[in-house]
Formats: sequence, C-alpha cells, structure tokens
Amino acid sequence: MAYSANQLKNGLKVMLEGDPCTMQDVEFVKPGKGQAFTRVKMRNLMTGRVWERTFKSNESVEGADVMDRDMEYLYFDGELYHFMVPVTFEQYGADVTAVGDAAKWLKENDVCMVTLWNDNPIAVTVGNFVELEVIETDPGVKGDTAQGGSKPAKLTTGAVVKVPLFIEQGDILKIDTRSGDYVSRA
Amino acid sequence: MSDWKPTTSVENLHKRAAIFADIRRYFAEQQVLEVDTAVLSHCAVSDPFIDSLEVAFRGHPAASAEMCYLQTSPEYAMKRLLAAGSGSIYQMGKVFRNGEEGRSHNPEFTMLEWYRLGFDDKDLMDDVERLVCLVLGIGPIRRCTYADIFREKLDVDLQEVSTAQLADVMRQHVEVNMDLDDRDGWLNLLMSHVIEPLLKDEPVFITDYPSSQSALARIKTNADGQLTACRFELFVNGVELANGYHELTDSVEQQHRLESDQRSRKQLGLPQRPLEQRLVSALAYGLPDCAGVALGVDRLIMLALQAEHIQEVIPFTFRNA
Repeated sequence: MAYSANQLKNGLKVMLEGDPCTMQDVEFVKPGKGQAFTRVKMRNLMTGRVWERTFKSNESVEGADVMDRDMEYLYFDGELYHFMVPVTFEQYGADVTAVGDAAKWLKENDVCMVTLWNDNPIAVTVGNFVELEVIETDPGVKGDTAQGGSKPAKLTTGAVVKVPLFIEQGDILKIDTRSGDYVSRA
Repeated sequence: MSDWKPTTSVENLHKRAAIFADIRRYFAEQQVLEVDTAVLSHCAVSDPFIDSLEVAFRGHPAASAEMCYLQTSPEYAMKRLLAAGSGSIYQMGKVFRNGEEGRSHNPEFTMLEWYRLGFDDKDLMDDVERLVCLVLGIGPIRRCTYADIFREKLDVDLQEVSTAQLADVMRQHVEVNMDLDDRDGWLNLLMSHVIEPLLKDEPVFITDYPSSQSALARIKTNADGQLTACRFELFVNGVELANGYHELTDSVEQQHRLESDQRSRKQLGLPQRPLEQRLVSALAYGLPDCAGVALGVDRLIMLALQAEHIQEVIPFTFRNA
C-alpha cells in the first residue's frame, strides 16, 4: 500500500531507505508562491533515530507492514527471547537488538507489546510498571522507613536499581520501566 | 454525535466579526472602495503551484458541462476594475485553493486583497503595517531584503552560492527529494522550512525577492545591480501573512508570464486551464500605476487570538462543512 503526501498522518508506519519508520509529527507547508510540501518528523523503528523529511505533494511513500501485538514473555534461550500470543499460542523469537533495553524488565509470563514487521519482531515494549524480586542487596536497616539515603539492589532480571535502605533481599519491588526508578514495595 | 458543532467558539466568532469591522472601518477611513467580484470564473489562475477547484456549470440540468473555476484570489478581476477606473479598491471574501489543508490552511479561506493607486511597494508596506498594527497591536515592523535574511539566518550569500550548495544547506536541516538544478525550489524550501520558523521572534517584511519569483510584480535593479522583484511578504510569528507587489502594468510582459506559467504547467504534468486573456486586454487598455497586496484574514485572526489551528477561528473547516 502506497500513501500519497496528503494521506500522511501521525502514527502512520512507512518504509524509507529499507527501514520501517513511524510518523510522529506531520505538517502541511505551502509557501504563497511555490510548491506544497508535507513536512514529517519520523522515527526509524530499527535504529530509533528521529529525523525530518519533507515530501512533495506528488510524492508517495510505501506503507510498512508493521503491527503491535500483546504477547506473553516465555523465556530466554541464550540467543532469542521467546514470546507467545495468549489467544492463538503463536510463538515469536526476538533477538537482543529487537528487545533492547526492555530485556532489563522482562519477567516470565508478563505481557508486553511486540512490534512485528513482516511478521518478525523488531521491538519490544514493556508495561510502564513491573514487579520484580530483589536477589541481592546489602542488609536492610531496621526501622529506617522514612530517612533518605539509598543503595543498589539487583533484581531477578539482572537489572540494578537504587532502592531505600530498608529494602531486604526477597522483597518484591514495583519499578517504573520508563525511568528505571524504584516506586514502592509491591 | 456532536459533529454538527462549529470548530470555533461563539466567543471567537464575536472577535472575528470585530476584526472584520475594524478592517472595513480602516478602508472606509482611507476612502478605499469595497468591491465583491465573482468567485466563479471561466478562467483559472496560471500559477503552477496553485490549484483551482473545478466546478461543472450546466445551462440546464441535462446540458453538457462547461468547466468553471473557483477563484484562488480576486486579483485578475480586481485589476480589470482598476483598468476600468475604479480607483483604489479592496475586497474581503472567500477564495478556494485545492489540496491546501493543514494547521494554517483550509481549502476555502477568507482573503483580504487591496490595491492602492499611485503607491509603490514601500508605500504599500506602510499601509499594511498600519492595518496589521491596528488589529494585532504590534509596533513598527522591520524590513529586510530576501538576500539579507538568507545572510542573517543561514550565513548564505545568494550572489555567491551555487544551487548544489543551497541543496546541501537544506539537507542539513530536512531531507527532501528534489531536482538538483531547481534553484527557486531550493530557495523556497529553505525559506519555508528553515528561515520561516526562525522568524518567530519579531514581525518582518521580506522585500526584494529574486526576479525569478516575481509572479505579477515589477522587476527593478537594486543597489547591488541585481534584478529583483518589487514584491514583499509579511511574516508575523513565523507565519506568512501577506504578499504584495508594485504591480506589473505591461500587457506584453503579462502575456509572456501567463504563457510561461502554462509551459511550466505542461512540463510538470499539471492541467492546462484557460488563461485570463481579459486581464491582458485590461492591461493593454491601461492599468493605473498601483501596488496591491493579499492578506490571509483567518491567519490574522489566528495571530490576534493566539490560535494554534485555523479551525479555532473559522466556523466550520472543510472537513466538517
């Protein structure tokens, strides 16, 4: 499916220079004397790079066969992260590049969003909050629930987050995946 | 369903009407005559980059259609009035441009166009400044030549720079597919994509456009010995608000520019539409020395009301009309 310049809109996914891209900001530009353009800010879904491109009104751009699906995370086999579509049991294997930073927050059986391009996973987005267990941290300071100060804690996924001093090994923590910050005990 | 509702607020409708009244009062005080020429015409604008909406006229419902065009500006008709001895005139009304839709574009919009006898482009900028200051309450407006704004904002000397270098400068900002030798194309891109957003800080008249972008303006030789157009554009808050000329009165040159536009249309694969030969005849009869300008009224109201989208200042956009 090809889109003409006047059909471009936010969220549209297209192919440019061989990579799928998503449109983030679309503006019609028309100098009083001169041809019309559609100016677009886009993000390359493979590299994450954001850049601007402007299209003449007679240009067209090929749509990208990209879709987002909710999937359950199953396991990591040392090479691929495996996901399953809960309703159909279809399974997908995503490599380290596709999973990227999301790997720090992937817990078995959690549901996350997998972006497929031509039915291949190219990106994984976890929920805004995850709950993970502490597997390693200095002993907690009893009674110190209000004082400031923090220490590192290692979670089951291998991620290390800053936590308050009272947190103990074995605690389940709620983490904001967007910032990587500790929110509360779960 | 609430899609029957206007996109603007009743409060903004009142403000819009008050600005209309201010504009009409200004021209009444200046003794400029209000006119309202036909919106539907047998001829279309020649400009390759302005697309007219086509309307099928039928003498009776079963007759074959005669193609007519909604006017993209009242320029041709107003010049015929000027040649007929109307004196200074203004018109505030709807014009139509096919394919133009966006944050500050609606295919149908309100244009204010006026002509002043005996004015040149500088006198007319004074006039535009008086009107715009009246509505927006802004101070004296800076004037800067096209060459100077390129030097100031992009550090580019238009007398020295090659078209390939212009393309390089453009690509540093925004990527585009474009003919490498289309100099005016690159200039337009740089102006609309890079310089205009940098004009947000202060209102400015850009003057002395390249002669290749003269449209229907006279050509003069500037202080540097360069041929430039007696044309200006007004930008307020980075928005293109008005475009004015010291008008071309030479009918032979007018005929030449119409035909040159038609050839460009053919090369670009654009429709060949009837040219307004009556304009050429009117110029041959005698168009008085005058300057004229077109101003986007909806954009003026957007600026006055600090609106982000044209839909906030017009009752219904094209999509819900």
